[in-house]
Amino acid sequence: MSAEKDIVLDVQNLKVDIPVSAGMLHPVRGISFSVARGETLCIVGESGCGKSLTSLALMGLLPKNAQRSADRINFLDQDIQNLKEREMARLRGVKMAMIFQEPMTSLNPSYTISNQLEEVYLRHISSNRAEARERAIFLLGKVGISSAESRLGQYPHQLSGGLRQRVMIAMALMCGPDLIIADEPTTALDVTIQAQILHLLAELQADFDMAMILITHDLGIVARVADKVQVMYAGLTVEEGPCEAVFDTPLHPYTSGLLRCIPVPGKTAPGQPLGTVPGIVPNMVGELQGCMFRNRCEHATDVCETLPNSATQLANGHAFTCRLSPDAATRSEGA
Amino acid sequence: MIAYALKRIFVAFLILLVVSGLTFSLSHLSADPALTIAGEQASDEDIEAVRKLYGFDRPIVEQYGNWLGRALQWDFGDSFHYKAPVVEMISGRIGTTMTLGFLAILFALVISIPLGTLAAMRPNSFIDRFALLIAVFGQALPTFWFALMMIIVFGVWWRWLPISGNTTWAHFVMPTIALGYYATPALMRLTRAGMIEVLGSDYIRTARAKGLSPTVVLFKHALRNAIIPVVALAAVWFGFMLGGSIVIETIFNLKGIGWLSYDALLRSDLPVVQAIVLIFASFYVVLTLLADLLNAYLDPRISVR
Ligand SMILES: Nc1ncnc2c1ncn2[C@@H]1O[C@H](COP(=O)(O)OP(=O)(O)O)[C@@H](O)[C@H]1O
Ligand SMILES: [Mg+2]
Repeated sequence: MSAEKDIVLDVQNLKVDIPVSAGMLHPVRGISFSVARGETLCIVGESGCGKSLTSLALMGLLPKNAQRSADRINFLDQDIQNLKEREMARLRGVKMAMIFQEPMTSLNPSYTISNQLEEVYLRHISSNRAEARERAIFLLGKVGISSAESRLGQYPHQLSGGLRQRVMIAMALMCGPDLIIADEPTTALDVTIQAQILHLLAELQADFDMAMILITHDLGIVARVADKVQVMYAGLTVEEGPCEAVFDTPLHPYTSGLLRCIPVPGKTAPGQPLGTVPGIVPNMVGELQGCMFRNRCEHATDVCETLPNSATQLANGHAFTCRLSPDAATRSEGA
Repeated sequence: MIAYALKRIFVAFLILLVVSGLTFSLSHLSADPALTIAGEQASDEDIEAVRKLYGFDRPIVEQYGNWLGRALQWDFGDSFHYKAPVVEMISGRIGTTMTLGFLAILFALVISIPLGTLAAMRPNSFIDRFALLIAVFGQALPTFWFALMMIIVFGVWWRWLPISGNTTWAHFVMPTIALGYYATPALMRLTRAGMIEVLGSDYIRTARAKGLSPTVVLFKHALRNAIIPVVALAAVWFGFMLGGSIVIETIFNLKGIGWLSYDALLRSDLPVVQAIVLIFASFYVVLTLLADLLNAYLDPRISVR
C-alpha cells in the first residue's frame, strides 16, 4: 500500500450511550479506526460487544434513544457529526452503503427486486429509469445472479436467503459508494454459501475500489480478506493492527482466545470441539472500571483493576490494550 | 394468484349456500307466516286457505328450493304488509344504505389512518394520547347514545343539521359520523399497531440506509405494508356498518334498508326480512372475498400459501 493512503473514513473516540431502565448502557466506549480506499477493515468480537451499534452510529441509523459522541467522524474529509438528517440522507446509499445481517427481512416484501434496486439510483443519481434498470441488471450480474432480467420482476419471498443477500449487495453498490459497511452479512445464511458471499464481497471491494468495513465471526475469512483487523471487546478496541501481525502474534489474551476458536487445517481433527473463550460478555450498564475481560482472563491479576492510559503501540500500527506483558498472551498459545 | 382467486370464490359460493339455507329455515321457525298474513281475527279455515295459497303446507325443502330459485331471479315475492314486491321496496332504498355505509367507512378511515400513523410515529406523545382518547370514547359510547347526543347538540340546540330524513347530503352528516365513529377505534388501533411493527422492521432500516426521503420511507415502504390488514378489516367493518345502519337509520329516520328491516321485523314481514338478510349476507361474503383478493394483490406473499 502506498504511503499516502486516501483515507475515506477516520473515526476518533466513538461512543454510544443508551439509557435503559437499569441506568446508562455504554455499549460502545470510545473506539477509533480509519479505512482507506481499497482497504478492508475487519471488526471482530463476540456478539454484544457493540459492533452493530458502531456501524449504525457511522451511518446515522442508531435507535432513537441512543446517543452518539466522538472526537471526530471524518467521512470523505468532512466531519459528519453535525450533519442534519437531510444531509446524512444524501450520503447514505450514495457515498456510504450498508449490508445488514438479516437478508430474509431486510428487503421490503411488497416491492419487486427491480423497484427496490432502482429506487436508490433514481433518488440519488438520475431519474432516468432505463439507466437505473441497466445499472441494476449490470450489478445483479456482478453479484453472481444469473438471468438477472427475469429476477428483476420477482418479489423477495421468491428468493432464497443467499440470493436476497446478493440482491442487498447489488443494492448497496447501485450508486457506487466510497464506503461499504457489511455487518455480519453471512451469519444468517447456510454455512455452504457463507464463504461464497464473503469472497464475493472481497472481490467487489477490490473491483470497485471501495473502503470496506466487514464485521464477521469468520476468522478464516478475516485472515484472507482483511488488511486491518480491529478486535472489540465490551465496547472497546482491545487489539488492532495489520491482519498478518494480529494473526501471527496476537498480544491481547482475548485475541488469542478467539484465534484458538478457529479450526486449523491439519491440526484440528474433524468433530473435535473447538476451543471457546469461557464466560460471557459483561453487562455494560453504569460506570465501568478496568479491563472488562479480566474476569474471563486466565492471566488476570490485580493490575487489571485499572486500564492502561493508552494502548501499547508496536510497529506497523499493531496495538493492544492490556496491562500484562505481551508474552503472557503468546504463552497461552502454547507456541 | 388466479388459482388462489378461484379457490376463494368457490369457498364464498359454499358459504352463500349455507347462509341462504339458514336464512330460510330460521325465519320459518320464528313465526307461523300464515297467521301473520291472515291477521288476528282470521278463522281457522282462512288461515288454512292462506297456508295453501302461499304453499306453506309444502315440505320445507321444496319451499326452500322454490324460494331460492326465485331469489336467484331477483324475485323475493310480495311484502305481507305492504302487498308490494319486496324487490321494489329494497331497490328503492338500497342506495341510501350503501351511501351511508360507504360514507361511514370512509369517515372512519380518514380519521383512523392518519391518526394511527401519527400515533405510531411518536408513541406516548401528545398525539398518541389524543388518538387513544378518541378510541376509548368510540368504544365506550353506545352508538345510539352518541347519535342522540349529536341530534341534541347539532340538531336541536344549534340547528346546524337536519335531524330526520334523507333528502339532502346534509341529512347524511350526523348518521355518517355516528356510524363511522363506531368503526374508528378498531381501525385506528390496527393502523397504529401495524405501523409500530413495520417502522421497527429491518426493511425500514434498509430504506433509511438507502438515504430515501422520510416521506418515501413512511408512505412507500411503511404505510403500504401496515395498511394491508387495515384494508381487510375495513371491508369487514363495512359489513358491520350495514348492520349498524338498522339503529342509525331508525334514529335519523333515514329510510334505507336498515330502517326497512326494523319496520319489517316489527310487522313479522317475512319475505322482506328474508330478502334483506340474504342480500346483506351475500354482500358481506362478497366484501370479504374482495378484501382477501385485494390483500393478495397488495401482499404478494399471500397468494403463495
Ligand atoms: N436499542 C437498544 N437498546 C438497548 N440496548 C441495546 C440496543 N441495541 C443494542 N443494545 C445492546 O448493546 C450491546 C451491543 O449491541 P450490538 O452493537 O448489537 O452488538 P454486536 O453487533 O457486537 O453483537 C448489546 O448488549 C445489546 O444488547
Ligand atoms: Mg451485531
